[in-house]
Amino acid sequence: MAEVLVLAEHSADGEVKKVTLELLTAARRLGTPAVVWTGPGAQAAAARLGEYGAEKVYAADSADFTSYVVAPAAELLAQLVASVSPAAVLVAGTTEGKEIAGRLAVKTGSGVLSDAVNVTAGDGGPVAEQPNFGGSITVHSTVKAGTPIIAVRPNAISPEASAGAAAVEAVSFAASDAAKTAVISERVVAEKGERPELTEAQVVVSGGRGTGSADGFAIIEKLADSLGAAVGASRAVTDAGWYPHQFQVGQTGKTVSPQLYVAVGISGAIQHRAGMQTSKTIMAINKDPEAPIFEIADYGIVGDLFTVVPQLIDEIQKHKG
Amino acid sequence: MNIVVCVKQVPDTAVERRLTPEGTLDRASLDGLINELDEYAIEEGLKIAEAHGGEVTILSMGPDKAAESVRKALSMGADKAVHVLDAGLAGSDALATSLALAAALKATGFDLVIFGSESTDARTGMVPAMVAERLGVPQLTLASKVDVDGTSVSIRRVSDDGYAVVSGQLPAVVSVVEKINEPRYPTFKGIMAAKKKPVQVLSLAELSVDAGSVGLAGAATWVDDFAARPPRTAGVIVKDEGDGGSKAAGFLAGRKFI
Ligand SMILES: Cc1cc2nc3c(=O)[nH]c(=O)nc-3n(C[C@H](O)[C@H](O)[C@H](O)COP(=O)(O)OP(=O)(O)OC[C@H]3O[C@@H](n4cnc5c(N)ncnc54)[C@H](O)[C@@H]3O)c2cc1C
Ligand SMILES: Cc1cc2nc3c(=O)[nH]c(=O)nc-3n(C[C@H](O)[C@H](O)[C@H](O)COP(=O)(O)OP(=O)(O)OC[C@H]3O[C@@H](n4cnc5c(N)ncnc54)[C@H](O)[C@@H]3O)c2cc1C
Repeated sequence: MAEVLVLAEHSADGEVKKVTLELLTAARRLGTPAVVWTGPGAQAAAARLGEYGAEKVYAADSADFTSYVVAPAAELLAQLVASVSPAAVLVAGTTEGKEIAGRLAVKTGSGVLSDAVNVTAGDGGPVAEQPNFGGSITVHSTVKAGTPIIAVRPNAISPEASAGAAAVEAVSFAASDAAKTAVISERVVAEKGERPELTEAQVVVSGGRGTGSADGFAIIEKLADSLGAAVGASRAVTDAGWYPHQFQVGQTGKTVSPQLYVAVGISGAIQHRAGMQTSKTIMAINKDPEAPIFEIADYGIVGDLFTVVPQLIDEIQKHKG
Repeated sequence: MNIVVCVKQVPDTAVERRLTPEGTLDRASLDGLINELDEYAIEEGLKIAEAHGGEVTILSMGPDKAAESVRKALSMGADKAVHVLDAGLAGSDALATSLALAAALKATGFDLVIFGSESTDARTGMVPAMVAERLGVPQLTLASKVDVDGTSVSIRRVSDDGYAVVSGQLPAVVSVVEKINEPRYPTFKGIMAAKKKPVQVLSLAELSVDAGSVGLAGAATWVDDFAARPPRTAGVIVKDEGDGGSKAAGFLAGRKFI
């Protein structure tokens, strides 16, 4: 069976991100999964990758990947596409993953499918399932030219374990001058704390304008922490500066598909729903019974969030204790 | 400085959007607006031109109707526009779109190209990186801050966990995220002036782009089928009577979330 290249997402210290395991799970349906690892740490990560079916790990240990914007990763993938003729290339559908996919598509003259929530084998090659227009339409698409390149949305496919050899193979790589034109001189990492990443979290608790202020928004963080959840926010909140922009959920923010999404003091505007309505379970707390969020909620509480949420947190603590 | 801002016309997100039987977006029957993020790109272009001198050209690829968005961009203060218009472009995917835009950019010339980071209709977020790849110029994308100093550009590139400081030499491709600025509204004077500003319409032949490599004819991606997703239905809604939090906890416990 032909190889399927999976571009690994990992943290700076080499920790394999969950989305990589999701990509491996999808890759197994299309061929033999082979991970492409950028930077140091492939050997240490191999065991984990093998648990999810990676047969091979192409390790390109170069500083170019962290010194220059995305072009080196696209160049590495193009080099591997030429040498192993894979059945497909899967990347994480993050902003950066999609940029890499785009550049690779141009380099290899291939079609690229963005934001797949599922990938299956079809007669004409891999089939991607894409939710469009904020999840109101589901499309199945295929690639007609070149090597299928698919950007898969994080948290959409459940990772399933399956043993693989995960044989590490060093790849010699040096970025060309053309890939070194956007130079990264500094990285500033925001304090993330203990919370899970928004797009990878099983549970997301989001707050809206109903929280009233930055101080009022703190109650959202409390509820999130009691559930081990990530914190999200509506645009009304990020626009007002009550919570940082990178936590915005919606059409112009992040798209999330957690097991549970709790919307607190959020009206449920179509642009907010675009980023969360593929969540498995939705719970809403809002004082307005007419709020559109209730139209898509599995469970809704009509009430003041400043009385409902503290009681909810108490009850959660009791369950834990 | 020669600044080009790429502007896409998109359907209003507040109304229902449909696909044609070919699986492409039904653009003709919908009212078009400027892709919201592109308004931030226009604003950034105008600000850079005001600070450093130069001209702002709007570049849009789209059907006849896209002319409305081009006019609106001009009324915000851009100097002139290029509209890539050709029936052969209908149904273009990201690969084809980047090909046509790169060809138009080569034809018009540029020091700085500014994009929005994502459209609200297709949302691939790939076009700016693809165009940078095709033009072989620095990709300074996802900028929440842009500084130009004559020969180089430096940006703050936002990431999931913070930001990076990235720089490159002109000519370069930049894409902006919202929050970078506050887009201006067209003034009455601006709207009147826009009517007289030059809009150059370019066809595929004029750009020497092979019609077989774009549109549905050249599609590298194909929509095999599509279906409206069954709408989510409302579940149980209860009123808080002093026990709202407990009820919510009961629901979560029932679903094994706690
Ligand atoms: C092009 C475009 C893109 C957009 N992108 C996004 C996006 O990515 N994400 C996004 O979120 N929005 C986006 N928006 C904005 C969107 O249209 C809404 O304006 C926004 O989502 C509203 O946020 P909200 O629900 O927090 O505020 P509101 O709509 O003001 O709702 C606040 C809610 O809180 C309730 N409330 C008030 N006080 C209490 C209380 N004490 N207890 C309980 N409930 C209370 C109210 O009943 C109300 O329902 C976009 C808009 C446009 C035009
Ligand atoms: C629902 C839907 C899903 C799609 N999925 C895919 C897919 O998976 N793969 C694929 O290859 N194609 C896909 N397409 C086709 C895609 O819409 C077109 O290729 C589109 O012209 C460019 O992609 P984008 O809007 O995603 O651009 P993005 O990369 O999201 O847009 C970024 C910026 O590029 C600029 N820009 C984009 N288009 C234009 C334009 N026409 N004129 C001027 N500037 C522009 C704007 O500045 C914009 O802010 C899809 C289309 C639809 C409607």
